[in-house]
Amino acid sequence: MPNVEQELRRFVIDNFPFGQVGDGLSNDDSFLDQGIIDSTGVLELVTFLEETYEIKVEDEELIPDNLDSINRLVKFLQRKLQVSS
Amino acid sequence: MCGIAGIVNLNGQPVAPALLDRMIERVRHRGPDDCGSHTDRQVGLAHARLSIIDLASGGQPMHNEDKSVSIVFNGEIFNYIELRADLMRRGHRFRTQCDTEVILRLYEESGEECVRHLNGQWAFAIWDSRRERLFLSRDRLGVRPLFYTIADQSLIFGSEMKSIFALPHVSREIDPVALDQIFTFWVAIPPRTTFKGIRELPPGHSMTVQQGRITVARHWQLDYGAGGDDAPEDARTEEEYSAKLLELLVDATRIRLRSDVPVGAYLSGGLDSTLVTALIRRFTGAPLKTFSIGFDDPEFDETRYQNEAVRFLGTHHQEVGCTLADIGRVFPGVVWHAERPILRTAPAPLYILSGLVRKHGYKVVLTGEGSDEMLGGYDIFKEAKIRRFCAARPDSRLRPRLLKRLYPYLGNLQSQSGAYLQAFFGARRDQTEDEFFSHRPRWQLTSQLKTVFSGSVRSEIGAYDGLAELREALPAGYSGWDGLCQAQYLEAAYLLPGYILSSQGDRMAMAHSVEARFPFLDHRVVEFAARIPPRLKMKVLNEKYLLKRCADGLVPPSVRNRPKQPYRAPEGKCFFGGARLEYVDELLSPERIAHDGIFDPVTVQKLVAKFRDGRAIGIKDNMALVGVLSTQLVHDQFVKGFREEFAYAERRAGTAAICH
Repeated sequence: MPNVEQELRRFVIDNFPFGQVGDGLSNDDSFLDQGIIDSTGVLELVTFLEETYEIKVEDEELIPDNLDSINRLVKFLQRKLQVSS
Repeated sequence: MCGIAGIVNLNGQPVAPALLDRMIERVRHRGPDDCGSHTDRQVGLAHARLSIIDLASGGQPMHNEDKSVSIVFNGEIFNYIELRADLMRRGHRFRTQCDTEVILRLYEESGEECVRHLNGQWAFAIWDSRRERLFLSRDRLGVRPLFYTIADQSLIFGSEMKSIFALPHVSREIDPVALDQIFTFWVAIPPRTTFKGIRELPPGHSMTVQQGRITVARHWQLDYGAGGDDAPEDARTEEEYSAKLLELLVDATRIRLRSDVPVGAYLSGGLDSTLVTALIRRFTGAPLKTFSIGFDDPEFDETRYQNEAVRFLGTHHQEVGCTLADIGRVFPGVVWHAERPILRTAPAPLYILSGLVRKHGYKVVLTGEGSDEMLGGYDIFKEAKIRRFCAARPDSRLRPRLLKRLYPYLGNLQSQSGAYLQAFFGARRDQTEDEFFSHRPRWQLTSQLKTVFSGSVRSEIGAYDGLAELREALPAGYSGWDGLCQAQYLEAAYLLPGYILSSQGDRMAMAHSVEARFPFLDHRVVEFAARIPPRLKMKVLNEKYLLKRCADGLVPPSVRNRPKQPYRAPEGKCFFGGARLEYVDELLSPERIAHDGIFDPVTVQKLVAKFRDGRAIGIKDNMALVGVLSTQLVHDQFVKGFREEFAYAERRAGTAAICH
């Protein structure tokens, strides 16, 4: 899902102005470790996923394993989109 | 309560009185009732007076009989009546009823040790012409401000930095290291200020200037000693602690009512200000006037509790409403008075509140600040306790539930999973030995904002390490203190003077010529509170436990038992969403950001876009926005165009009188 990866990267870079973002952000960098995301950031991210990809993120899915890097997000989305398609 | 200013020419040249006039003009809002100055060879002292005690004969600068000792003083000495009686027994003769004269005589009696006898809030300068020695001092906790600089072989000092900047040869430049500190700790670490070369005399310090030599020395230290729960069992019971605390608070309040003008009180609806108001009611049969702020946004409004306190205590109450638009409108004036970047808008409503007090003809209010620091009220203390528990018991299934109990008023946090809460607040067992354990999450979160700095500011900051500086400054014995005491110390030594008592306190009250007095900051209360076992300050997770015990029956049960709500105000949305604010558009424009060179234009643009679209909801975005905007205002009003902005601020404050 190269487009999705680009979309997610763009969202993270535009929406989280702080922390080590930009070209230096690798797909495996942890948003938490890089200081990109705080408690509100998680919700902003989920809102973006739900609105852009028309999925529903369940409460139990709100965990760093699913959401804490570009690669994790891509994999999480793949799973969600497969289930809903 | 007043403003002071002065000059010492270190090369011995006489001081030109016109310079003193320029300096004191800039702080006439602190003392609109009268002003005066005095020069003696290489020294000049100036004073703007807000008359509160001995209205007829308390003018300053004040001198002894042969004019060999002169003083300018901002503040109040609350035990002046007892000190005066004692000095009279020792043969001193007084010409006034004023507390200023008490400091003067006490200095004659015991020299620079005089400060040890004072119970109060002060910043003063004493010129001892026989010894050719200037003595400056600031109260224990930093209620009253005092800044200084050295320029062209002169030591220049004043209650506010704008007085110092009134002299044309003083440079005005923002210090990037101060920005680094503010965008980490929320305050600059004294003696550093926002501006390069301008120093603050730290709280609890005195300074002498003699023969060109400047010496700064501490006269008081907040010390938690062996006050931990592990300390040898104190013979006192909980009842005895509670009784003693109440006794001290009663007396601290009693002597803070000493005034020749009427005294009012702030009433926030919280435990601290309600208890202070209740204690005042014990001493005065006269009608008591109370003042409060109401917010149109229910998230911040505490009107319900204020009204319950008013009914219970029977005060004459005045309330001023505060809207988002009000905060946006007054914010430039707030920063003009605060003289530093701030990460919160919370000073703005207090600025509006002091305007209400002044409008009703009051000059003095009692208020509840200091209680949270000294008696264990802040959420950060509770957060640290829970994090410590979680670190010690990594398998406890209570962890997510405990973490959620932390910030019940923050909806965003309530919807987080345990895994994320653990990531935000969790701590490993080995981290509990960290001397800054309590403050790590706050400082780490705030530090992340620093990516908004421009490349040039970042390179000027270089490898500077604020934590290392703070570590160096920790008092002896700190590492042995209980975790709660360590956290209390960090709050009381830095955030209290650097933000609560200044940006939210003195500067906002004095903007409208109002003096605030703080019973919880009576040093007897503070020193006693430092000896209260931590388990009585926060019992399990019940904050200010002992104080609540004291307040039983004195305040409405609803106020005593309500969940703690920290004083907050709406943040970034004050500047967007309503009518466009010209100064916001201008100061945050990409051109202006690039030109001023403090922040990165691309990052600021992203941030502003988020606010304009209504997408910014988090604490980080809000702190960043307010931090960037206030820094730009500091730059605009102090660095770029000092005189013009002064004229603007003066018109607004309506203090056009010139001092001669």
